[in-house]
Amino acid sequence: MATIATTGDHAREQRNWYKRNEIAATPWLFLIPGVLFFAVYVILPIFQSVWISFHEWDGLGEKTWVGMANYERLLTDDRKFEVSFWNNIRWLFLYLLAIPAGLFIALFLNQTVRGIRIYKSLFFFPFVLSQVVVGLVFSWFYLPREGLLNALLAVVGMGPVNILGNPDLATYGIIAAGLWPQTAYCMILYLTGLNAVNPEQVEAARLDGAKGWNMLWYVILPQLKPATFIAFVVTIIGALRSFDLISVMTNGGPFGSTRVLSFYMFEESLSEFGFRMGYGAAIAVVLFFIMLGFITYFLWSMWRDEKEAR
Amino acid sequence: MFPRPIQQSGPAARLGYQAFLPLALALWHLPLIAVADFSVKPDADFTNGNYWGLPSSFEFVHNYGQVFFNSDMPRYMLNSFLITVPTVIGAIALSAMTGFALGIYKFNGNLLIFFMFIAGNFVPFQILMVPVRDLTVNMNLYDTKTGLVLFHIAFQTGFCTLFMRNFIRQLPFELIEAARVEGVAEWRIFWFVVLPLMRPALAALAVLIFTFIWNDYFWAVVLTQGPDSQPVTAGITAFNSQFRAAYHLMSAGSIVAALPPVLMFFLMQKHFIAGLTLGAVK
Repeated sequence: MATIATTGDHAREQRNWYKRNEIAATPWLFLIPGVLFFAVYVILPIFQSVWISFHEWDGLGEKTWVGMANYERLLTDDRKFEVSFWNNIRWLFLYLLAIPAGLFIALFLNQTVRGIRIYKSLFFFPFVLSQVVVGLVFSWFYLPREGLLNALLAVVGMGPVNILGNPDLATYGIIAAGLWPQTAYCMILYLTGLNAVNPEQVEAARLDGAKGWNMLWYVILPQLKPATFIAFVVTIIGALRSFDLISVMTNGGPFGSTRVLSFYMFEESLSEFGFRMGYGAAIAVVLFFIMLGFITYFLWSMWRDEKEAR
Repeated sequence: MFPRPIQQSGPAARLGYQAFLPLALALWHLPLIAVADFSVKPDADFTNGNYWGLPSSFEFVHNYGQVFFNSDMPRYMLNSFLITVPTVIGAIALSAMTGFALGIYKFNGNLLIFFMFIAGNFVPFQILMVPVRDLTVNMNLYDTKTGLVLFHIAFQTGFCTLFMRNFIRQLPFELIEAARVEGVAEWRIFWFVVLPLMRPALAALAVLIFTFIWNDYFWAVVLTQGPDSQPVTAGITAFNSQFRAAYHLMSAGSIVAALPPVLMFFLMQKHFIAGLTLGAVK
């Protein structure tokens, strides 16, 4: 009898502990699986990559410690790295054109005529195509003989140009392909934003004689700030992540002219000439630090908003 | 409304606008129209130099039949589904829980964990590549769908947590307080009070994650290699080398590969756009 009573008490005590601390304990129980997964697959690998970048490693055997040697080689005499880095800068600046282009299309489509909703979704849908398909579509569009682009250029008496075969043009050709879905994305962000613009403010500004550019710049754009912020975040991240298009359209060529850091890293780590994981990791770390500048800014803005909301 | 409604500028302007719309759309989709045209042409059109004109005969059935019955395409498509669907379920399950924990409770480190999820979501894939590949190889999951799914679930949990947490924050907190006063256990509050209210968020995330994962290419080439486990984005390159320079078949293949997310988008448009534009309006 006595023993049964004790075990019963014990169980009750445990239950009581949970009961008493329920509100404090529950969030942690709910967080465990997600945080564990995320830590193992996303957070830890960042530090592991930094660690690997100080080694020479073929991915299978022992790692050899080489200190800063990978970085020294990367930053002092690596032509491919230099080309990739400058291409990344081109991507960053030109990709941002998606934001004004998206705003322009959004303004064009922000009307209420028959069938406009269908037009909005049809303008948007390049965004749901995979970058691989976008890459293929544009590489066929650019074909010197079979491509539609050169057919159109011929009509106005220009061309033919072999965009992807020309080292001076290829990167711009790929960025143009990337701008297609990215502009669609920015467009939908702005359409949503325009939908929520305060009509009373617009009317009041109209009564004061504001129109056209002034209206857009002083009345509308300030109200679109949240949309612009998201467009900026996704476009910057997208520009620095560019990999699929390059891989599909030119595979880094011609003569390595379209490489970017993300592609060059992949090439070094898993190349057909052997795996150079240490060197690849060093490239990834450099790319990570470029991104970190932007990430810090994004997080800082979001943190500020959070603090205000509290 | 800005810009000023076109109706106010008279019927001529409105008609002009409506006539210009299809033109602008055709211009916007020019490369895609060319590919759709390619995909229904007979082989002969390419040898005769009829590249961008109308097809000399309509070969829809033949070309798409080749894709479905004479290539590995159906297998790649199936792989894509077997990778995408479990990822959607896993990421949503994990992030419903993390979102609930971060959205409802106040505790030390709440914002820190939340920002860890957001920050992880922004990192370049390449910084994860070598360790994740290594981990997958060590778990004997290299070149399996499971290996790919596990990584995708983990990575997407970052974005999904951001989404869920912000959505839960907008729910009326009084509901939870009322349930607590009634003595309802916390996990029951999650299951019976919060989860039913999150249906729109779950739907939005499901379509978004479906599209993101279906379209993934980088991780597919890093973690898998053959038709046994590669999804269609990676498989399309093998398909294209099988039909080298047969543009009509390659075009048909790409259109087939792109179709599921396009259908998903048109069927679930409201949820898709709600998910994508979260935070675009304050």
